[in-house]
Amino acid sequence: MSVSTASRRAQTSASEVSLATPFLEVNPRRPFPAEYVILGVILLAGAALPFMLPPAEMAVAMRVLIFALMGIGWNIMSGFGGMFSFGHAAYFGIGGYTSAFLLIEFGVSPWIGMVLGMIVAVIAAVGISFLAFRYKLEGAYYAMSTFAFAEMLRLFVSGNDALNRTVGFTVPVISESSWVMFQFDAGSPNYYFIGLAMVGIALLTSILFLRSRTGKFTLAVRDNDMAASALGINVLRYKLTAVALSAAITASAGVLYLQYYMFLDPDLAFGAHVSNNAIITTVVGGAGTIFGPIVGAIVMAPLSDLVAAFLRNPPEQLSFLAGHGGLDLVLYAVILIAFVILLPKGIYGSIRNWRKKK
Amino acid sequence: MSLLEVRGLSKSFRGLKALREVDITVDEGQILGIIGANGAGKTTLFNCIMGAFAPDTGTVTLEGVDVTGVATHKLAKLGMVRTFQLMRPFHTMTVLENVSIAVMSRSGSSERSARADAIEAITKTGLTEWAHHESGQLPAAVQKRLELARALAMRPRILLLDEVLAGLVPSERTPVLELLESLRTNEGVTMIFIEHIMAAVRRLSDSVVMMDQGAVLATGEVDTVLSNPHVIEAYLGKEYSNA
Repeated sequence: MSVSTASRRAQTSASEVSLATPFLEVNPRRPFPAEYVILGVILLAGAALPFMLPPAEMAVAMRVLIFALMGIGWNIMSGFGGMFSFGHAAYFGIGGYTSAFLLIEFGVSPWIGMVLGMIVAVIAAVGISFLAFRYKLEGAYYAMSTFAFAEMLRLFVSGNDALNRTVGFTVPVISESSWVMFQFDAGSPNYYFIGLAMVGIALLTSILFLRSRTGKFTLAVRDNDMAASALGINVLRYKLTAVALSAAITASAGVLYLQYYMFLDPDLAFGAHVSNNAIITTVVGGAGTIFGPIVGAIVMAPLSDLVAAFLRNPPEQLSFLAGHGGLDLVLYAVILIAFVILLPKGIYGSIRNWRKKK
Repeated sequence: MSLLEVRGLSKSFRGLKALREVDITVDEGQILGIIGANGAGKTTLFNCIMGAFAPDTGTVTLEGVDVTGVATHKLAKLGMVRTFQLMRPFHTMTVLENVSIAVMSRSGSSERSARADAIEAITKTGLTEWAHHESGQLPAAVQKRLELARALAMRPRILLLDEVLAGLVPSERTPVLELLESLRTNEGVTMIFIEHIMAAVRRLSDSVVMMDQGAVLATGEVDTVLSNPHVIEAYLGKEYSNA
């Protein structure tokens, strides 16, 4: 073999080697998805919490779960789907009110009420979004239409006799704890475990959604809907799928809230603060990331309690703050602006990016 | 029968007439170049053909079937695929993921099954070294090639290319031109391409349409159109005729 032939062969085999590197393998080894590991850790740590926290603190833990559920719901539509919603209170309220109405008027189990509430929320969300997208309401215009929808529902419920107007619904207390009726003794950890299971299911739904074809196409539509359409993706279908999933999860949060606090009125169900909580939780944690809403809920739910307590009894130097309703919302707005400027990808999103760069 | 026929297509945006009675015909395996100054209506024509805009009048037929105003995603499933003048990558995804989306959409497969076809399109367009880079961070020239890679992954029958060479330096243009030629020769892909680079128009086109102010000013074989005095006056300039 001549030298030149040998050297050419060596070059050829070198190029073959470079093609066979993991750089662009057709069938690469699939690493075990880290999301499932993190989900397992969250659920295990969450399950241990009632045995470590004093019972008085379980109320804060419940708020974390409700915030997390709302955040996970909002994140699917606005984080993964790119359709910014200012009106998730609508779906939260529909879930809670459907279940409350069926329970109080017909004695229907809250579990069935939850399923029906999720269905009603999905129908409402898909209906309003279909109309919005059909008439090209996108971006800020779509966000405003969702806000208007939630406000419209609040006003409708506030004036509706069948829904007890502004009085709302109080869940009737039953004599014994019941899993079927989703009611337990005050201070029972069962509410917490149910909430944790719901958060686990919602997170698993998020993970499976993102790994599915539907999820991938939803991300493509979010990134560029014209390009997605040019590649044969039905943009409207995938937008509405994300909207439906998001509304269903948020509606389930409404039922969890109702059964835990045993009371719901138009402001608590459809008020703007409900939508704000879902948004802030997710933005602080990391919109468009699977675990961002969990991180956001762990930060924001205790913070909201601390702020409320602080404003009720401020220190002497800040006594002028006492008795001024709405200051908590001002503080929320400041936190939101600070995060948008300093950590636009939220806490979890920033950590993930930092690790990627490393 | 022609593969694609556009007849009497007009489109106005309020008072502005963007397209005026445009007629074009493309036969199977043909490459049609569309030239014209900025604002001549070339991209609007693509938008109307691909269902992004509903034309005011006129028809678009694909193999004799009226597809006027049919949604873009449905046309893509019929094999009509376009690229964009301004790049539109799925910016949070890598190049490989971008192209995989196209394969998944075409074949209905999972992301894993789509990988082999995606790699083929990436290799053809010379994007191998960029495969795992986030597409939003890439240089414009690479994003241009990504547009082409995604379109190829759709295995199109008709490819509508909107200034696919813009932003590429001459050394980058040659492989793209060779790729387009091989697509026509080996896979029989029909193409309509908007282009300002006359060397590319001459090299690729079987025929050329010159547009001016929304109307077709001249149509025919490349040399005929490019030597047309009206075309020289309206678009190419006297320097071109002297060159």
